[in-house]
Amino acid sequence: MESHEIEKLLDKYFEGTTSVLEETRLKTYFNQEAVADHLISYAPMFQYFSKAKEERFTKQVPLRGTRKVHQWASVAAAVVLAFGAYFGNEHRKEQLAERQQALVAYNETRKAFALLAENFNKGMEKAAYLNEFQTTKEKIYNND
Amino acid sequence: MKQSEFLTMVLPFKDKLFRLAKRLLVSTEEAEDATQEVLLKLWSKKGKMATYNNVEAFAMTMTKNFCLDRLKSKQAGNLKLVHSNYGDDHTSLQHAVEARDSVNWVQKIMEELPEQQKMVLQLRDVEQYEYEEIEALLDMKPTAIRVALSRARKTVREKLMQKHNYGIA
Repeated sequence: MESHEIEKLLDKYFEGTTSVLEETRLKTYFNQEAVADHLISYAPMFQYFSKAKEERFTKQVPLRGTRKVHQWASVAAAVVLAFGAYFGNEHRKEQLAERQQALVAYNETRKAFALLAENFNKGMEKAAYLNEFQTTKEKIYNND
Repeated sequence: MKQSEFLTMVLPFKDKLFRLAKRLLVSTEEAEDATQEVLLKLWSKKGKMATYNNVEAFAMTMTKNFCLDRLKSKQAGNLKLVHSNYGDDHTSLQHAVEARDSVNWVQKIMEELPEQQKMVLQLRDVEQYEYEEIEALLDMKPTAIRVALSRARKTVREKLMQKHNYGIA
């Protein structure tokens, strides 16, 4: 491209009146090897703009929906709570019934032991007479 | 919308978001975080995506607002300046080394511009957006864009010439 044409474009460029197409022509001109000597000082500007456009965003964005996870987490938590409440209640009922049964069994056992003890005491009273034998026997032997 | 569909949709412009963010925030890490934030916000709004006729413009506006907020907040006061290294094919020539120097110099000059001029220059001269698109993105009138653009370009030229002359002297 003729350098005087570039000069004209540069004038327009610095007034902010060039079109995107004209600016592309400037970029192309200043990014090639054969830049006219008196225009070379403008080259870094256009070279930089071209270079700046090559910069890339390389970071990985953790998209796997944080929102979705939370939604499902709340559902899961609700289900766990419901199960807990249901089975917890069942469990408590069972425990209560067991405790009552145990109480009944305990009372029955106590009654049985009381009966046994009563009869045992009766037996012991009778056995007390046996002691009389012993003392009488010892008296007799001691007298000898 | 599936994840893969979303990624395909943002693929054409995610680099533009990043470059705009970096233009404003300067630090690469800050710009990456900002871009990620914007993409995540976009992902969370994926249900409404069909109602936006221009997702790119919407995302660019989000990025602009996010970064400007970031700059306003106190956090931004502690921003590190991190510059990425630009590679160059022809390193052997002294002239090429000097040229690369001047190219990187343009970046530093742009860092000193007011935010609005930075954005206008980024959107027009780097991303080559049309005026109508810039009007919508930055909520500016066409004449205001032209003035800002002209000022930004002239400032870059002026500072570049200064640098060039010092280099010779």
